[in-house]
Amino acid sequence: MSFLELKKVTKIYPNGTKAVHETSMNVENGEFMVFVGPSGCGKSTLLRMIAGLEDITEGNINLDGILINKVDPSERDVAMVFQNYALYPHMNVYNNLAYGLKNRGISKEDIEKKVNEAAKLLQISEYLQRKPSMLSGGQRQRVAMGRAIVRSPKIFLFDEPLSNLDAKLRIQMRLEIKKLQQKVGVTSIFVTHDQVEAMTLADRLAVINNGLIEQLGTPIEIYNNPKSMFVAGFIGSPQMNFLEGELKNKTLTSEGFEINNVTSDFNGPVILGIRPEHMSQTDKGLINLSVDLVEQLGSDNLIYGEIKNKKDFCFRCPGSQIIKKGSKLSLNINDNNYYVFDKSNGNRVN
Amino acid sequence: MKIKLSQILAHIVLILGVLLMVIPIWLSFASSTHDTVTILKEGMKFGLGDQLIRNYNEVLNEKGGWSEEVTAAKMFINSFIMALGIATLKVIISAMSAYALVYFRFKLAVPIFWLIFITLLVPLEVRIFPSYKIVSDLGLTNSYTGLVLPLVASATATFFFRQFYKTIPDELLESAKLDGANSWRFFIDFLVPLSKTMIAAMFIFMFVYGYSQYLWPLIMTTSEEYWTVVMGMKIIFTESYEGVALPRTAERFAYIILSMIPPVLVVVFLQKWFIKGLIQTEK
Repeated sequence: MSFLELKKVTKIYPNGTKAVHETSMNVENGEFMVFVGPSGCGKSTLLRMIAGLEDITEGNINLDGILINKVDPSERDVAMVFQNYALYPHMNVYNNLAYGLKNRGISKEDIEKKVNEAAKLLQISEYLQRKPSMLSGGQRQRVAMGRAIVRSPKIFLFDEPLSNLDAKLRIQMRLEIKKLQQKVGVTSIFVTHDQVEAMTLADRLAVINNGLIEQLGTPIEIYNNPKSMFVAGFIGSPQMNFLEGELKNKTLTSEGFEINNVTSDFNGPVILGIRPEHMSQTDKGLINLSVDLVEQLGSDNLIYGEIKNKKDFCFRCPGSQIIKKGSKLSLNINDNNYYVFDKSNGNRVN
Repeated sequence: MKIKLSQILAHIVLILGVLLMVIPIWLSFASSTHDTVTILKEGMKFGLGDQLIRNYNEVLNEKGGWSEEVTAAKMFINSFIMALGIATLKVIISAMSAYALVYFRFKLAVPIFWLIFITLLVPLEVRIFPSYKIVSDLGLTNSYTGLVLPLVASATATFFFRQFYKTIPDELLESAKLDGANSWRFFIDFLVPLSKTMIAAMFIFMFVYGYSQYLWPLIMTTSEEYWTVVMGMKIIFTESYEGVALPRTAERFAYIILSMIPPVLVVVFLQKWFIKGLIQTEK
């Protein structure tokens, strides 16, 4: 039996909107699970159902062997970090951390011990007497995490906690969250729309779209082996290139080139997906790209150009390579690293 | 130069405003330190006289009224109890009903809110007879309960608290829930401290409202024991002497000055909270 089990969980709002469809998954003890998907896909709703902040319309959620559908949020022993932190503005940091413990009737000495431990772990000991309004974004973030840690809950829930931070701090906090989770070892679920966050944090990743889990697996599995066009387009940066084409008797025709021996029995219109980083320059390659734009990131160059009818085709090459706007490139796909999707439903067919 | 001119103008306007506010009060105060004969002969005085202690002592301790049973000091206590009771209960009831309206999803929340709001159109003066009937049927005439109770429901304060609670982010409630706060704890630990400036403001308004009630205590009380300051202003130091002796003008000025003190004190005390709340944005 898994630590957290979702069985055919469904959420239908009173106005008829179906936010989550029959979602089932298991999360193991100590695992770091990330829900990733575009905004409005139901990932936050799913998280809030685990927290008990939303009712479950159908299905069951088991936490640590107990059915928690009807258990009050305060008794589920879960801790949540909110997008805007939801720190208690009228309490100082110490009381923010201590509040949940006080409500559990823990003795003053124990509270003090626990709060100080958590504060030390998060390096916020100096700010314990300050009000949240006197803290910077990163410090508030730490306090919010401290509030979760101090209760030593069964599970941490993070609802897009990094989206209010600036880019640099976000990367730093991302690292800290990961380190902290490894140190504390508490099962965690992290919701985000940022695929880089998802890839870097997750032990396992659930890509959610329209209230359904499109794919569940380790980040590398999902990156290497996306099951659908949606997952392929969502995971990976810059985004995968999609080209229209036709697959017939294992030969794929698309935008002025052909690929033979495609490992698929599918016949009909398809979408060919190629990641920008899975190509390299050669003398006589498959794809002829006329360069429109070059983005120099330093370590890498992102080359955007046109191949036949497809605009903004992206190719990624090392930053040392100098490529001029207007030049023509000849590209090959490395090691048959391409993906073929059924055009009608977006499912992977190769 | 331009800035200077506008500054001077602004100051002139401000000073005029201050004078407009202060002069009548000073005139009353200065006049209250003379004896009545001087005032009747020479009109209101700007300078101080030598009767201050005698006049104020007389006002506070002399028994007045129809049957000479009540002193001004007693009336001050009555007014204070009434205003304090009204302000305290109004704030508590309004804050709690607004909490119910905002945080508890029940079907008729919106109609009930509008019903409460509509009562703004029906002030006490309009419903004075039914109110009196109810209070007298309950046997509450001539009691502090009777003075306070009919005035403790407040649509205005409920409305203000409701608007304030609506600005508090939902995450705060959710976070508190996960931290094990029940609905009572959330009210006491979160809404009350967060709205303390609101509470202070409402308390000031409602205290002054309660203190300046005239019609209700006038109808409610037949025993002089429950007379309030505002009622006294009409009655004390006049009727028993009219036509017989000189009106006691100096004492009446002293009485007016004294009657202003309690509301001023409340404002001065709670002003600290006010300013604190304005400086720290705690949301």
